[in-house]
Amino acid sequence: MIALAQPSTGQESPAGTALLHLEHITKQFGGVKALDDVRFEIRRGEVLCLAGENGCGKSTLIKIISGVHQPEKGATMLFEGRSIEGLNPSTARQLGIQVIWQDLALFPEMSVAENISFESNLGTRPRLVNYAAMKVQAERILERLGVRLDLDALLRTLPIAQRQVVAIARALIGEATLVFMDEPTASLSQAETDALLVIVRRLSAEGIAVVFVSHRLAEVLDVCSRVTVIRDGRYVGTFPTQGMTQTRLTELMTGKTFDYAVQQRDLAGAPVILSVKNLSRAPNYADISFTIRRGEIVGLTGRLGSGRTELALSLFGMSRPTGGEITLEGRSAHFKSNREAIRAGVAYVSEDRLQLGLVQPQSIADNTVMAVLDDLIGPDRLISMTRRNTLVDDWIRDLAVKIGHPENAVSTLSGGNQQRVVLAKWLATNPKLLILDSPTVGVDVGARAGIFAIVHRLAEAGMAILLISDEIPEVYFNADRILHMRDGRIVGSYVPGETEIDAIEEAVHA
Amino acid sequence: MMSTRLVRRTDRGGLLSLVDKDVLGLLALLLVVIVVFGATAPGFLSATTFTSVAFQLPELGLLSLAMLMPIISGGFNLAITFTANLSGLAMAYVLQSHGGVDAGVGFFVLGVLAALATGALVGWLMGTIIAYTGAHPILVSLSTMIFVRGLGEFLTRGGDISGVPGYVQAIGQGTVFGIPLPLLVFAAAVLLWTIVLSRTRLGFATRMIGSNIEATRYSGVPTRRSLTLIYTLSGVMCAIAGIVMLARFNSVRVGHGESYLLITVLACFLGRVDPFGGFGRVLPVAIALVILQVIASGLNLLGANQHLSTALWGGFLLLIMVTRSIWASQVLQMTFGKR
Repeated sequence: MIALAQPSTGQESPAGTALLHLEHITKQFGGVKALDDVRFEIRRGEVLCLAGENGCGKSTLIKIISGVHQPEKGATMLFEGRSIEGLNPSTARQLGIQVIWQDLALFPEMSVAENISFESNLGTRPRLVNYAAMKVQAERILERLGVRLDLDALLRTLPIAQRQVVAIARALIGEATLVFMDEPTASLSQAETDALLVIVRRLSAEGIAVVFVSHRLAEVLDVCSRVTVIRDGRYVGTFPTQGMTQTRLTELMTGKTFDYAVQQRDLAGAPVILSVKNLSRAPNYADISFTIRRGEIVGLTGRLGSGRTELALSLFGMSRPTGGEITLEGRSAHFKSNREAIRAGVAYVSEDRLQLGLVQPQSIADNTVMAVLDDLIGPDRLISMTRRNTLVDDWIRDLAVKIGHPENAVSTLSGGNQQRVVLAKWLATNPKLLILDSPTVGVDVGARAGIFAIVHRLAEAGMAILLISDEIPEVYFNADRILHMRDGRIVGSYVPGETEIDAIEEAVHA
Repeated sequence: MMSTRLVRRTDRGGLLSLVDKDVLGLLALLLVVIVVFGATAPGFLSATTFTSVAFQLPELGLLSLAMLMPIISGGFNLAITFTANLSGLAMAYVLQSHGGVDAGVGFFVLGVLAALATGALVGWLMGTIIAYTGAHPILVSLSTMIFVRGLGEFLTRGGDISGVPGYVQAIGQGTVFGIPLPLLVFAAAVLLWTIVLSRTRLGFATRMIGSNIEATRYSGVPTRRSLTLIYTLSGVMCAIAGIVMLARFNSVRVGHGESYLLITVLACFLGRVDPFGGFGRVLPVAIALVILQVIASGLNLLGANQHLSTALWGGFLLLIMVTRSIWASQVLQMTFGKR
């Protein structure tokens, strides 16, 4: 079960040449050891990934390096070979250590220039703001990054990708030597991510070291030269990304080996549940044709913006196709609303669990029964609380949702358990076709296997499943067939096992 | 992994006690208010006080119920008082044109139906606009308020219409076994609203819409139809308030009860309704209403100058809010102390 990796010590440079070298870092919060004898090292101009599951101690380590927390006694902290014990946020900043947290911490009501040059204005005399100087300064930094932005635009009017750039620019205002980026690509599209990675490489070329914290393993392997893995507060090792696979990295992060095997099932004889013919909806997708059989899992992959979610929404009755035909169990389907789709046996697990998948402040129980209210009506034409509670208890048990109390807010659950509640909600409608749109976004690597175990069980029971994901291994190891969508069209169809995973990755990310 | 059963058969008694905490807290507050005025205001603990509270409570109470559902759905209905006026006007019109004080019971029933239809129509109009344009409920109900007030003023030429049959006045002023009739109407309305909010699909949808309308729509709940229905029911409740007001004052005038508008919002919040929508129950709001009315009556009895008593009333409410926040932070401290 446990496959511990051997750290490749040969890849680490001697402490003398490192920009930052930490050893024996331990941090205790009350009775809990958040970090236990961790080491960390980065060279000048290096792009390093800090990987680990939620709660493994990554944030604590970043806070120690940026001077927010002090490590316990016995730690060695060297910056360019000099000891930096007793580091505090202000000295960390003087050394050029900058952290860009996931929430960016920018000022939405201030302009781009003000956001970038804000800090250089603090504590200066005369105590007046020199807007002209601010703009010049901001302009110079954006130029360095190779980005053009309207300096006078209010930050809140910018898309998230540009705000990210502003946050990076702000980090560079003082002579930065080491920049931490916490989940910088979590809300970016593929194109925006690519643009960000270009900026990261520019920084690296300037000699600035960048530490990348990301859940997206594919891009981690793409942009970083080495990856440092932390698990449960302990140092697992630092590995070169060359030759590293997503599967192996996942194993290192979770300490578990996953049973990765390609599906090999013969479903040719199974009846067709969903048939889509020449389906089009301008400008989202065009000429889409495919079928899903009973018990079949069809993977649909493609970059963000390829039209995959729009296609799913049409199958779910949320938008109407402008041409082509949808056939569900042999009957032509023209859904006027998602209510009709649900009644016909279609369920849709949204990629946006926070905003669309669940009503976060409301209870686990109410979220579970939300799609089947009609079934709860008792003989007195009112909602039967007995039926509601029985239904909720049954599903919670069936999907092994780990909860405190069904009347607690669903927002109190972890990502993986929230996703189980979403599944429970839809399974209660007894669907024939289940559409899963990026079902593991924001779900810990370890909890993903649990979600897919449920999905496979449903397929075995005869449900037709459309699995949408931009993580190729996810579709490769879970689907019977993979469709590749680009610019609104299906441009490829693969069978895992017959086509190598690398070939598919190449086709999708090319 | 399917075998990991970490879920206990759930004990929902825990929820019940949680729910009761709200109600018990408000009842305790009510007790404090009664004790304070009982000790300071002469003749406070008497049947007269009870009767005066019992007659004044229902109007404000019915209007608060009309405000409650829109607030839980994350919206607002600023048109409640004028919708009540217009509904009362419809009933008065039916009675006036069929004999005035001598109108028969048949026309009384017709008048009630006309009032309910008027309230429902105003609410439906508002709900439809909110549901289908996505405009903010404050803007839509504010515009509706101005429209309805203008319409009422035009129809009445700014005056009032008075003179209803004696048996209609009994609804506003009579008693059954010593219990004022308006109070019974209010109690029935509270019961009805409790059932609607806690046991119907509409009530369920109201709470869900209040927390996140898009996620609710994605789950197949008919959000537009629900919103329309929420405001229609709100209008119907306004109409009931309008009928009671007409019966009690034997007249209807546009603008009557205008000052209740913000007090209904206050009653909802005092009754632990979430200002941001999604959460709220009827019973705590009803108790909050009693508290507000008892304070008003107590201040009256203390013989405070009428204008000063408004200020005192406001001061008392501020005191309640401050006390509650101190209480909450102390509970917080206790929880932290344990850790």
